[in-house]
Amino acid sequence: MFLALRDLRFARGRFLLMGTVIALISVLAAVLTGLSSGLARDGVSALRALPVTHFAFQRGVEGDLYSRSTVPADDAAAWAKRSGVRRAAAYGNQLAHAKVARTGQDLDIAVFGMDPGSFIAPRPATGRPLGAVPDGVLISSRLADDGVKVGDTLRIERSGAALPVIGTVGDQSFTHVAVVYAPLRTWQRVHYGLPGTPPEQAYHQATAIALDAAPSVTRAGDAQVVTKEKSYSASPGFAAETATMTLIKVFLYLISMLVVAAFFVVWTVQRKGEIALVRALGGFARYLARDAVAQVLAVLVPATAAGTAAGIGITAALHAASRTVPVALEAAPLATAAALLIVLGVLGAVVTLRRVTSVDPLAALGGSR
Amino acid sequence: MTATATRAGLTLSGVTLRYGAGDTLVTALDGVDLTVGPGEVVAVAGPSGSGKSSLLAVAGALIAPTEGTVAVGGADVTAATPARRTALRRAGIGYVFQSANLLPSLTARDQLLLIAHLAGRVTREDRDRADGLLDAVGMTAKASRRPHELSGGERQRVGIARALMNRPALLLADEPTAALDQHRARDVVALLAGQARDRGTATVLVTHDEGLLGAADRVVRIRDGRMN
Repeated sequence: MFLALRDLRFARGRFLLMGTVIALISVLAAVLTGLSSGLARDGVSALRALPVTHFAFQRGVEGDLYSRSTVPADDAAAWAKRSGVRRAAAYGNQLAHAKVARTGQDLDIAVFGMDPGSFIAPRPATGRPLGAVPDGVLISSRLADDGVKVGDTLRIERSGAALPVIGTVGDQSFTHVAVVYAPLRTWQRVHYGLPGTPPEQAYHQATAIALDAAPSVTRAGDAQVVTKEKSYSASPGFAAETATMTLIKVFLYLISMLVVAAFFVVWTVQRKGEIALVRALGGFARYLARDAVAQVLAVLVPATAAGTAAGIGITAALHAASRTVPVALEAAPLATAAALLIVLGVLGAVVTLRRVTSVDPLAALGGSR
Repeated sequence: MTATATRAGLTLSGVTLRYGAGDTLVTALDGVDLTVGPGEVVAVAGPSGSGKSSLLAVAGALIAPTEGTVAVGGADVTAATPARRTALRRAGIGYVFQSANLLPSLTARDQLLLIAHLAGRVTREDRDRADGLLDAVGMTAKASRRPHELSGGERQRVGIARALMNRPALLLADEPTAALDQHRARDVVALLAGQARDRGTATVLVTHDEGLLGAADRVVRIRDGRMN
């Protein structure tokens, strides 16, 4: 670090510029990470919150499983008896439009259906639990923030089903709309979708059987078993959103790596004479390489830390300014992004190390005369 | 010439150095014999292209000779590996380059301490030695200046102090006065020779400036890679 630190101080203008570029990239990486966490949360937070390991969907259905799959709700009992399955419950998922009876406010909602006594029934944060009132539903706090109150009635369009709001849960959403938890029978009516009394068979349907099971459970009989995490990409838009964000981030990481590599190539070429001199004075190539890596770290770590901190600040401000911007601050993805920037930066610099270690000390004599 | 071969700072015997092959074969050194004893200052004079710098490169363990043997401070370095050469340069050889060749980011004092740092940790003793050497070359007052804040003569003084930092058995000076005027050139060479004699360091001073040869104990001339 002897020479590395002194070079840093001496050429502080250049290193500051380089550090600023890295910091700005880190800001962008942090904001994108926040956005991508936020999109994922908006897309599948209600699924994440379910105490479920797998879903057994209808066999042969592909793509948007949550809207296309239909299974017999009664299968839950048989599933519960299978080896490796601890608990099983019928689960319904239906996107719907609703109107708040009191205010006339229009809402897009995702109705999750489950038997009130089943293991997937949520515990209310306020109000009463599922089943306390016939057709009574729990709403995501997001709807409560939008002015829907306990005691209001949600009227589902077309079917006309009236759902009294009896309680709230946390901020849960599915494919960017707020979730409403309904008793399975109520859900079945919403799912049937037409005015009037549904036929008896409508009351035997569910989207999937939610399982709490050992990892070994795969598929059986008429069902395809998908882990909860894999099922996220079966929710509308999730795979496309995730892939887009990943693509942007990959390019960002590549750019940052190339910027660092380019900087150090120029920096090394500029100092070729000095490197030759240190080699002639008896400095090992290893010494110079270690020095170079230390120098990269001394720039990358503070720059990335500062940029990430600023990015977190911006993300938090965005979130505070508008709750509709889908951003979320999660420690693990942010730490991963920062670590990746540092690791790739060091890699970019290491690629240029060959230029440092291959300098011929003879060059210090001013040519091989 | 009073020293025995084993105690000699530098012994070159039958050293030949060739570059290239076939039509482009260049014989830079041709059967050179040279022994420099401790504290002895030998000036090597010759026109440019005569092989002076090749002599320094071989004597300084920067390149291996094609034929012959090279010993520095009693250690045979003829067939040493590149890593061994690096270690030898660090421990046993001091260089004074053309136009000083200082590192731009380091203060005068740090130029010396870098030598200690290359060998490991910088100790209290290293700092004392650096200060002592800066004092010996008259640079104490400017110890914390960087090269761009020093004159050519001052830079070369720091260069000499740096070359002595590792207590070398052999001091090699490559046209150390190339960037200086006559007056300063004399001062610098006198300083170099004086320090070498005081410290018992075998010294090879390569120069094409005939006016500076008087400072040496002995002058050898080189032409077309041959010594006479």
